[in-house]
Amino acid sequence: MTWIPGEVPPADEMTADWWEATREHRLTVQACTACGHLQHPPRALCTGCGDTDHLVQQAVSGGGTVDTYTVVHRAPRPDVETPYVVARVRLDEGPILLTRLPSEPSIGDDVTVAWVDLPDGRALPVFNPTTEETS
Amino acid sequence: MTTGVAIVGAAESDLGMTGRSILGLQTQAVTRALADAGLTLADVDGIATTGVGRFSATQLADHLGVVPTWTDSTFAGGSAFEMFVARATQAIRDGQCTTVVISFASNQRSARSRRLGGVFEPWVPEAQFEEPYDPLYPASYYAMATQAYLHRYGGTREQLAEVAVAAREWALLNPAAFRHEAGSITAADVLDAPMVSSPLTVADCCLVTDGGGAVVLTSLDRARDLRRTPVEVLGYGERTTNTSFTTVDDLAVPGAAGAGTDAFRRAGITVADVDVLEVYDSFTITAALSIEGLGFCGPGEVLDLIADGRIRPGGALPLNTNGGGLSYCHPGQYGVLLLVEAVRQLRGECGDRQVAGAEIAVAHGTGGILSTHATVVLGAAR
Repeated sequence: MTWIPGEVPPADEMTADWWEATREHRLTVQACTACGHLQHPPRALCTGCGDTDHLVQQAVSGGGTVDTYTVVHRAPRPDVETPYVVARVRLDEGPILLTRLPSEPSIGDDVTVAWVDLPDGRALPVFNPTTEETS
Repeated sequence: MTTGVAIVGAAESDLGMTGRSILGLQTQAVTRALADAGLTLADVDGIATTGVGRFSATQLADHLGVVPTWTDSTFAGGSAFEMFVARATQAIRDGQCTTVVISFASNQRSARSRRLGGVFEPWVPEAQFEEPYDPLYPASYYAMATQAYLHRYGGTREQLAEVAVAAREWALLNPAAFRHEAGSITAADVLDAPMVSSPLTVADCCLVTDGGGAVVLTSLDRARDLRRTPVEVLGYGERTTNTSFTTVDDLAVPGAAGAGTDAFRRAGITVADVDVLEVYDSFTITAALSIEGLGFCGPGEVLDLIADGRIRPGGALPLNTNGGGLSYCHPGQYGVLLLVEAVRQLRGECGDRQVAGAEIAVAHGTGGILSTHATVVLGAAR
């Protein structure tokens, strides 16, 4: 992908663990150990049960399916090449991520996480079609 | 049923490409709506508006020289004005104020202030987790909802294009419409227009124009002594569903449903009672999902419902009779103009585009990325 992401804001206390894991190319979602709810992005409370004290970042498999997508033909900022594919990927564990795909998919396609490194050492999860090698 | 509150004045500011300032257009809209009602600024003790600045209602009150006993600047995008009708109705019933002006104006076309991205404050989650992927805001969300809906139900882009085709037919009947003299369009024209965020082309997207409008509300008792046929607020409802691109689990399910259910229940009507329907059409899909969510058809049926000229002039379900955001005017937050057109239809003032005998109108606003949904049911009180 010939895509150079724009500037990504710094993490805050809610999102620091998620971003730290991206430095090692580990994809996580927030889990509530009180009720088992999974959520993304990370929050200061569990939207399932309201608990504020049992939230952890938990590793996920990195697999998911394409929920829906669009091919963007107009650049929202300078220095971004068009066209490109923005998609919602539903992780196998449930939460949905906004992301990019390398080419136009079909809804329901299986995809697997890949990473685009940021200059500050963090990384953005993107997804590729799942092949036998990656599954 | 009635809430005991009525809209007694309605007006547009200048529209299109005005070269005017936001407050200049706001002042036009407010003073014209008051003149329409036969009232003056001295009567106004309630102000609801957005888009003026950080302190929108405060700013407008100061500019107009009014010291309100009630204000509201709820920022919910294009549906805020339908929400304001609910809030204003409650405030008038409660006695906090007697006469409310709800207004909006934008000079976004003249000022070239519309952007495709970069809308999130850096401290909100979307800035960290969504904006880095460069979705167009809001177009890419509506595009993904379209993709999900068409995939789910097997509809086509051609069917969806009817929303834009019908809007143009209405605009040809409205001298104030930006596309009044642009001629008819076909579904093929919509599909062949430049792609913005697939499957939505430029012709699936609303206009980017200057413009604004205002409506004046007071008690129905007082309304009966004023010059215009009162338009009663019969019911209202709203839902707020998301700011994120990923909160809503299923983009093929319209968020308008709860808002419509509440509004129709309060009004004591069903969809069969609705003579005129003014729904937010920031994109073709916005209108389609709203019509379905409001219950005018079952899940997956809206593309069949809007076919065969039903939403065009002379059709059984007159939709966006001014030409809508797609062909009339879209100043960024279009919701106040839904109300203006609904009022005019109920008063029978719409000339060539008048829906004969319109007694009940529904205005339904949508804000953000299918984020906020607000419905108002209005009735002529002859």
